[in-house]
This record gives sequence, C-alpha cells and structure tokens, in this order.
Amino acid sequence: MPDRPTAARITVGDELPPLRVPVTARTIVMGASASRDWQPQHHDHEWAVRRSGTGGIFLNTPAQAGWIERFLTDWSGPRGRLGRMEFRMRRSVRPGDELCFTGVVRSLAQDGTGCWWARVDVELSVDGERVTSCAANLAVPATDDDNPWAREGAAWRPLPVPATGGGTHVSRSDPYR
Amino acid sequence: MTRRLIDDLGADPVAWTGRSVEHEPGDITCEPGYILHWLEATENANPVYWDDEVARELTGGPTAPATMLSVWSRPLVWRPGRSEPDRLLVMHHLMKEAFGLPQGIVARSESVFLIPIRPGDRIARTETVREVGELRTTRLGRGRSWIIDVTYRNQLGEVVGSDAYEMFSYGGADA
Repeated sequence: MPDRPTAARITVGDELPPLRVPVTARTIVMGASASRDWQPQHHDHEWAVRRSGTGGIFLNTPAQAGWIERFLTDWSGPRGRLGRMEFRMRRSVRPGDELCFTGVVRSLAQDGTGCWWARVDVELSVDGERVTSCAANLAVPATDDDNPWAREGAAWRPLPVPATGGGTHVSRSDPYR
Repeated sequence: MTRRLIDDLGADPVAWTGRSVEHEPGDITCEPGYILHWLEATENANPVYWDDEVARELTGGPTAPATMLSVWSRPLVWRPGRSEPDRLLVMHHLMKEAFGLPQGIVARSESVFLIPIRPGDRIARTETVREVGELRTTRLGRGRSWIIDVTYRNQLGEVVGSDAYEMFSYGGADA
C-alpha cells in the first residue's frame, strides 16, 4: 500500500486519484433509501418526469455528500477526518450517467490547535460537463502517528457553529480557518 | 402540525427569516444496520467503518460516516398514530406551501461535522430560516431561493454538526 497522505507528504496542487461511478437507477434509489429520503424525485421516474422537470429520478443531496466523502477518504485513508464540506449542484445526476470525481489540494494549513487541514476542491462531472463542485476541509495527520480523530472540544474546530442554529455559511473564498 | 406551525409563524413567509423550529430526537436511533446500508450505497471501503480494530484504535469504537449527519433525524414516513407525514426540513416544506411553489431542489449544501455520531445516539435538530430571496427565473422555471440552517444535537445536548441548505422552489401556478 502506498504511503497515506500526511501533512508532510501533501503538496498543494496534488491531485486525488479519480473515481468513475456508473450511475444506475439502483445507485439513486439506494442512495435515497440509505439517507431515508423518500421524496418521489429520487425513486419515481414517472413522477420526476411529469412533475419535477428534471428528466427522471436523480441522485439526492445526502447521497452526493456520501459519495464525495468516500472519494476523499479513499485518498486520505482512515485517519483523514472530514470537518466541513460545501457543494453546489449544477445539474441533476441521473441513471445512465457516468459520474467522474476529480479532486485537487488547494491549500494545506495548520490551525491554532495544531490540526492540519487539507482544503480539497472536488468536481463531479458527466461527459466532461461539471455537475457538482465541492470544497472540503479534511483534517489530515501531521505524521503517520498522528490521529485527527483524537481531537475533540476546543482542539477540533472546523468552523464555529452558533448554538442557536444560526448561519455558518461563508463564501467560497474563505480560507477555511 | 403543519397548520399549527404556519399559524404560529404567521402568513407572510418572508417574515419567517430568523425564525426557528425545534424538533425532538426523531424516530431513528443511530445503528449499525443503517451505517452498513450507507456504506453499501456509496461503496465506501473505509476500514474505520468495517474493521473493529481500526475503529477502536482511531475513533474509540464504531462511528457513522460524517455525511450521514441528517439521516438520524429523518422521521419515519409512517408509524402508528401519526396522522400527517413528518419530514426533515419542515421549514422548507412550509415555505413551499406558503409561497405556492410545490417543487423544490437543493441548489447548494454546506455541512460542518463536529462530534462523531455513534450507534445508540439520538439526534435532535433545530431548523432556522436564514434568508428568503426574491422571485427569479431559472431553467427549472420561476421561483424563489431560501436558505435553511439545521443544527443537530445529540442526547447530551452537544452540537454534533450543522447543515445549511440553499433551496430553489418553483412550479407555482402564478410563478
């Protein structure tokens, strides 16, 4: 097995191994089921064509997030810990699409607690058309012995979350620190 | 529940900005079967979810993938005694109803993951309307965007993470 990414081994501009996923109706319905999302546009083709204007059933938001998490941790290995992700969906992912995941490390930075963050931009495309773009902040170990999962409380600060459920949204240009 | 919430929030959904609805822990408890189903659906081979020894070493025991955050507060579609389907993002569905925009999609999503969720955890949520946009036309039709913030707490009251959803709703008769 190749060496897993650590802060010492990661270089800004590193590309993640691409992932190709043939999308079938099962991919979409199973994603909806696993995320407990029974909105009809994710399992009922006729309804989706007739009512949603999307041309058929499409991959739901939590399932896309799950596939992106899988893509990221395929690269990072089990010590990689997702702290934050933001993604925008530009068009629906439907049966028959071959979904291509690509990713590049945009920045690598250590926060005030000593945690190393790899900011990874991920693109999902179909036939060369970008369908979803994502920015993720993934904690990576400083060395092979480090474990970002051991961080808790004040030592784990992907971003502050207001206690009252208020906004945590920042612009895409935010340095994620 | 829907009627009561709309009565409480008022007739003008634009004025719901900043208003919140609290939801007690839902029907679902975090459990290994659902975690396996998620891993199956996303073909996720991360050993932290498949190998007990790796889980013990790294995360102190089994955890759910971070992106399952919203799963644990999605209500059952049916259960005995429930007369009206309960739903995640109830504020979104209330907005759709109040604006007369029956179709809705998630245009953008943002999540922050703070505390790993483990089997046995029960997750409550707070939904807050952050902002409501003006009427505009997209390739899906004429409609509106709004942003709903969702904060999730475990049975200890700790914030385990949050989502923000930018929705676009459309398809109204007059839109």
